[in-house]
Amino acid sequence: MGLRGRLQTLRTLHTAHRQRPTQGPAALQIQDLHVDLEEFHLEAINLEIAAGEYFVLLGPTGAGKTVLLETVAGLLTPLRGHIVVDGNDITETPPERRGSGFVYQDYALFPHLNVADNIAFGLRLNRHLPGDAVERRVTEMACLLSIHHLLHRSPNTLSGGERQRVALARALVMEPAVLLLDEPLSSLDPETRTGLQRELSRIHRQLKTTMLHVTHDFQEAVTLADRIGLLHQGRIVQVGTPEDIFRRPANPFVARFVGARNLLVGELVETTEAGHRRFETHELDIAVASDLLGQAHASIRPEDIFISTEPVRTDPRNCYQGSIARIADRGSLVYVTVDVPPAFVCAITRYSLEQMGLQPGMPVYVTFKPSAVHVF
Amino acid sequence: MTLFSSRLSALFTVLAALLVLFIAWPLVRTVISSQPAVTWETLLEAEVRNAILLTFYSSAWATVIAFVTGVPLAYLLARTDFPGKRWIEGIVDVPVVVPHSAAGIALLLVFGRRSFLGRTFGRMGLRFVSAVPGIVIAMLFVSLSFLVDAAREGFESVDPRLERVARTLGASPWQTFWRVSFPLARRSILSGMILMWARGLSEFGAVVILAYHPMIAPVLLFERFQSLGLDYATPVAAIIVIICLLTFVALRFVAQERE
Repeated sequence: MGLRGRLQTLRTLHTAHRQRPTQGPAALQIQDLHVDLEEFHLEAINLEIAAGEYFVLLGPTGAGKTVLLETVAGLLTPLRGHIVVDGNDITETPPERRGSGFVYQDYALFPHLNVADNIAFGLRLNRHLPGDAVERRVTEMACLLSIHHLLHRSPNTLSGGERQRVALARALVMEPAVLLLDEPLSSLDPETRTGLQRELSRIHRQLKTTMLHVTHDFQEAVTLADRIGLLHQGRIVQVGTPEDIFRRPANPFVARFVGARNLLVGELVETTEAGHRRFETHELDIAVASDLLGQAHASIRPEDIFISTEPVRTDPRNCYQGSIARIADRGSLVYVTVDVPPAFVCAITRYSLEQMGLQPGMPVYVTFKPSAVHVF
Repeated sequence: MTLFSSRLSALFTVLAALLVLFIAWPLVRTVISSQPAVTWETLLEAEVRNAILLTFYSSAWATVIAFVTGVPLAYLLARTDFPGKRWIEGIVDVPVVVPHSAAGIALLLVFGRRSFLGRTFGRMGLRFVSAVPGIVIAMLFVSLSFLVDAAREGFESVDPRLERVARTLGASPWQTFWRVSFPLARRSILSGMILMWARGLSEFGAVVILAYHPMIAPVLLFERFQSLGLDYATPVAAIIVIICLLTFVALRFVAQERE
């Protein structure tokens, strides 16, 4: 099967995995947006986010992600350009009348208010909304986010994960046209992060809120996003589905940022051995160490893949034959792309490269442990 | 205390104790050298009572004026950047370093009977020289730094993102100030107000130049000392010290509650 066919399969798998439409009328349009702050600047940003879409803006620290979100929220004034929500140009609208929700990385809960009052903050600004309606909506939202038991606590007594749920509830209870999430999971420990990531997915499925989420974490982006936009030095360098971006990076920056991670899409199938699964992709079956089942992503760090000219026959390692497609010199490490297919990017030292006398077109074996495959 | 050798620690303790004693002993001496009965009698004198009440009242007015104008100034200093901001910050703190008698002269030049402002206010029936408004502005001038600085610190400690989130939740700038910024800076502002009020109570130099009469407590104390001598001045001093100590305890209480 050719590359085009493979991409098609990947895309089908991806869509099946999400089971939600990514096409629809644009809820948020950003047109030719320029922002100039002293430290950060944004140039010619153009984005269209469909109603109900989960859009993740991915980029390294300092790329201007927060600046973009704050500009969409109306907290910063653009130099030029337009922001359009549901067909209305809101570029000049003050933040309080934009109907966009905002969730910060470190929660920004009001410390002088308890959890219930934090969630009710926005609702209470509306004088026409009676008190019992406010209370009802706060309770509903708290139930949705499983923080119902925390309503009378002070934010200072909550854990990071709980705080972020409160911040989400506070923004969502206003039924925002667009929910802006600024690295919402970055301050959390890995376990809480995974949990909340799943929650975000579930909430998005349930409420169908249009989400614009920024992060520097590729995995987070792949797990949550319908589409990803890559931001680099104040410019959007590529927009597409996670697989698009992974398979066809628009430039070397994107390739470096997302490419050399050996991302696979497939299905986890039970095996006889506990704690082990078979990860079936379109092309390969890979032994992985995981308890999950069903559709998933997997990635293997280039450093965890071993290249050899002879097959490695120690079970239960994954060992596949392929041929060298490319050799890229990146200073201290050399990145070797081996087409099995799929293509695996492996990082080896220059010394190993010379020892084995690797050349493009050469048949080699790639080997990695099941535990080296990260499933998410 | 492993950082200190025992000798160093002993030496430092003695030196520190000397300084603490230097503050505490005169105050304690003032309070105990006046017999409680005499102090009580002095407190019952109309002249003393009126002077003390006038001091409280004038300083409270000065604090209210500084609250209305100083809180906005503090918020601007904490939240905005503008050319000349450092000059403004400097000017706010100048009253702390200017001799207060000189401050009195300066106010007299601007608010005196022959000055433009003095005449303008005079036409509206507001007199500063030898009148309560003069006492109020003298107290205001010398003590406003305390409130402005405390309030500014309070506002600076409020995370600007809390204000931004409030805006995205539908709050206007005005609502954001009253529902987020002000409540969060409230304790700082309150402790600044108490400190300012207490500082106003103890003002003598600036007040005595603008308004010897009506007499506030520190001026009354000065007059009793000048015309009647130490024995008559001491009970008044004792009363003033006790009142100031009580105020100070209240301030510490508020500050502690903040933590």
